[in-house]
Amino acid sequence: MTLLMMMAVVTVAIAGRRNLFAVVILFGIYSFLMATVLVALDAVDVAMTEAAVGAGISMVLFLSALHLGRNEEMKPLHKPFLPLVVAVATGAALAYGTLWLPAFSDPEAPIHQHVAQRYIAEGARETGVPNIVTAVLASYRGYDTLGEVTVVFTAGIGVIALLRRVRRRKQGGQA
Amino acid sequence: MKDYLVLRVIAKLMIPFMLLFALYVQFHGDFGPGGGFQAGVIAAAAIIFYAIIFGLPAARAVVPDRLVETMVASGVLLYAGVGVAGLLLGGNYLDYFVLGRDSVAGQHRGIFWVEVGVLVTVAGVMLKIFYMFAGRDRGEDA
Repeated sequence: MTLLMMMAVVTVAIAGRRNLFAVVILFGIYSFLMATVLVALDAVDVAMTEAAVGAGISMVLFLSALHLGRNEEMKPLHKPFLPLVVAVATGAALAYGTLWLPAFSDPEAPIHQHVAQRYIAEGARETGVPNIVTAVLASYRGYDTLGEVTVVFTAGIGVIALLRRVRRRKQGGQA
Repeated sequence: MKDYLVLRVIAKLMIPFMLLFALYVQFHGDFGPGGGFQAGVIAAAAIIFYAIIFGLPAARAVVPDRLVETMVASGVLLYAGVGVAGLLLGGNYLDYFVLGRDSVAGQHRGIFWVEVGVLVTVAGVMLKIFYMFAGRDRGEDA
């Protein structure tokens, strides 16, 4: 609960800042808080990813992008009331939706009644891998992970395609 | 940042351990938290750290662009290739049971190579994105 309060404080601080360097640092703090929340929820694998990707790599990428641009955000052209109303309404709808969710770690919840029981009961024997997360990720849900890797690959070649074209054109202009 | 003695020494001390930790996260992922995604990001972070301290050209000399681009594609191909290997040995696509002597050994081998594929692609993409961003000038037309 304390962590969630701290995350809320950081979020408000991010929204209020104009200095983008401060925003990037606050994003890093937010990611570390999120990782701590995930550890508290016993999702260590996800916490590790959040700490490495959210707080590590994305901060470096934000900073290197910041190095290319300006340090201060421009003054907004519109009053922020319409986006504020949309955000508050969406947040309220989501919070309203959680009221009917099963309680956290309720063993009777529908999601634990389907294939999860089989993974827990048979996973270690069938795959010989004690970490169920790895067994599900790499073996039972191999297709999904292949899809994820393909997404990462696509993102990579997308960035290559976008940034390299600009550089080529510039060289052509100079020549 | 090449001229800061403390940063240089600390970086040289830490980078081997970061890479070692990446390998630990990769190959211990069967038993503890971790796996290809996390290990790939940690390995890329070690190289990016090196690039920040010693400059981009030094990092490009260690891990050249051509190698990074090969990594981006070869990881996905390795992953998909494990699936094809399962097909050729008489299973379904991405069936690991057929890859070893018995089904558990096959699962182990399949998961191992799949995770290696994830590591290679993730590390390659992270490094490539960093190289592309860091390699650009701050010119007005950029």
